[in-house]
Amino acid sequence: MAGYVLRRLAQAVVLLWIVTVVTFALIHTAPGGPAMLQNPDLGREQIARFRANLGLDDPLPVQYGRWLRAALRGDFGRSYNTVEPVLRLVATRLPNTLLLTGLALGLAVLAAVPLGVASATRRNTPVDHAIAAVSFMGISTPVFWLGIVLIVVFSVQLRVLPAGGMYLVGAAFSVGDRLRHLLLPVFVLTIANLAEVTRYTRSAMIGALGEDYVRTAHAKGLPAAAVLFRHALRNALIPVITIVGVYLPRAVSATAITETVFSWPGMGQLAVQSAATRDYPVVLGATLAVAVFAVGSSLLTDLAYGLADPRIRLG
Amino acid sequence: MATQTLPRNEAPGVPAVRAARRPAWRRFRANGVAVGSAAFLLLMYAVAAAGALITPYPPNAVDIMNANARPSPAHWLGTDENGRDVLARLIAGARTTMTVGLIAMVIAIVIGACVGSAGGYLGGWADAVLMRFTDGMMAIPYFFLVLIVVAVFGSSLRNILVAIGVTSWMVVARIVRGDVLRYRGLDFVLAARALGARSGRILMRHIVPQAVPSIIVAATFGVANAILLESALSYLGLGIQAPQASWGNMLSNAQAYVWENPLLPIYPGFLILFTVLAYNFLGDALRDALDPRFKESDL
Repeated sequence: MAGYVLRRLAQAVVLLWIVTVVTFALIHTAPGGPAMLQNPDLGREQIARFRANLGLDDPLPVQYGRWLRAALRGDFGRSYNTVEPVLRLVATRLPNTLLLTGLALGLAVLAAVPLGVASATRRNTPVDHAIAAVSFMGISTPVFWLGIVLIVVFSVQLRVLPAGGMYLVGAAFSVGDRLRHLLLPVFVLTIANLAEVTRYTRSAMIGALGEDYVRTAHAKGLPAAAVLFRHALRNALIPVITIVGVYLPRAVSATAITETVFSWPGMGQLAVQSAATRDYPVVLGATLAVAVFAVGSSLLTDLAYGLADPRIRLG
Repeated sequence: MATQTLPRNEAPGVPAVRAARRPAWRRFRANGVAVGSAAFLLLMYAVAAAGALITPYPPNAVDIMNANARPSPAHWLGTDENGRDVLARLIAGARTTMTVGLIAMVIAIVIGACVGSAGGYLGGWADAVLMRFTDGMMAIPYFFLVLIVVAVFGSSLRNILVAIGVTSWMVVARIVRGDVLRYRGLDFVLAARALGARSGRILMRHIVPQAVPSIIVAATFGVANAILLESALSYLGLGIQAPQASWGNMLSNAQAYVWENPLLPIYPGFLILFTVLAYNFLGDALRDALDPRFKESDL
């Protein structure tokens, strides 16, 4: 077990290293370089001095080596645009994104598991078809559009909920106010995640219901509910744990888009702004942060998978 | 006719592969939702192709005096904040959005098939390097990846195509690699090699064709994702740029003017929803009909 954990950790580190190489290579091939240097107020000499100070004239591998050495010491550089340390920029925004993603994914799993079970036990009935139709709608709806429609209904027409932001500007912190701002974005993201998890639960549950131990449980006269929940569902939940891990990068993407619709101060906003202005250190830091989050949670789910199912021997 | 006395698969003159696909076509036709989806998509492509022939107004014709007009006989769906006809812009947007979805997916399939078949066929360290690279690309939430690529190349129609293409080939690569690994040790491949066929020919003539059903299914879902991605990017202002219409950038204008004209976001949103829905239904039906070894977990 310890050996397995170490090997997976090593793989995760290599994976993250590849992510930094890919990101670094991509962002530095951008023609024109950082938007900051395209300020028409800057003279040619000033631009040359900036470039030299930032080390942008060195060969790419040298630049990457410098970035990596600093990053390993915990120094991810400063934003070209605001001169703030990247670490602080990410640290103030990542929790906001995790709050949205976590709440939405948690709610989605809570709702999706019963739906998936209902769908699997009533295969090819109107209930199953209805759930399938709703799932397809959920997968096919652009998250940002659902957000806009909800803003139109609840903020513009009914005027009961805020159209965006994380808190009422100028007001003291209050839980009620925070919840009001969370309601619409969390709802949008829950819908977006719900469909995927429902479909996965359904197919895992159909697989579990076909197993011999389910037939045995029925044959020995257990009540249908006991078979369903104590035997089939417990086994079906194991693959559901994994899908949450595999699915996380996509959930983070949906969150990033939703943040922009609701002006939520999270990683999505940060990434959009820094990519648009080619703020190299921030782009690298933000991408690495979400990749660490995604790789880390997929690692954790793999380990949880081993803990949840004693048949699976890790190693 | 003599052929009718024979079981379908043994009909003379019909290659075995083609005969095996016939039940697939029948299964597909029996699925009403799938046929409806295909019809809807064909209609959308027809509208996109007809474009200028059926548009009631030029899509970029500004008429400020007539901005944010309600639906009327002159403007069936009303006008936007610049007085441009919404229906005309939807038709122009159809052309953009449908093209992006299709071509981006073609790019993704070509890259994915090359990476996947190279990895699966070469094996060893080449496979290890290619697959770790694929994993690395998959570990970055795709939205951030596309964002970086668009930031690098700038946002024009061509660059959006490339950006979506080079960031969504990974699923195809994994599917193709899996199939290549599965088939490369089988008898018909060994027979081809014994007959002296070179590696490239074995791959292209014998192995990759086996992966085609899986690729078709993955591609259908891929087009759906590409359309969603294009509309998200255009909505964020990083995709198709004004004045060229795409359903995504119509939505971002719509949000800015939502207080004056709450109807604006409705039309492009529903078109995106129905188109993506149709592709997803189609992909699902094709998976059932072609029955490839393609699992949802591969996504």
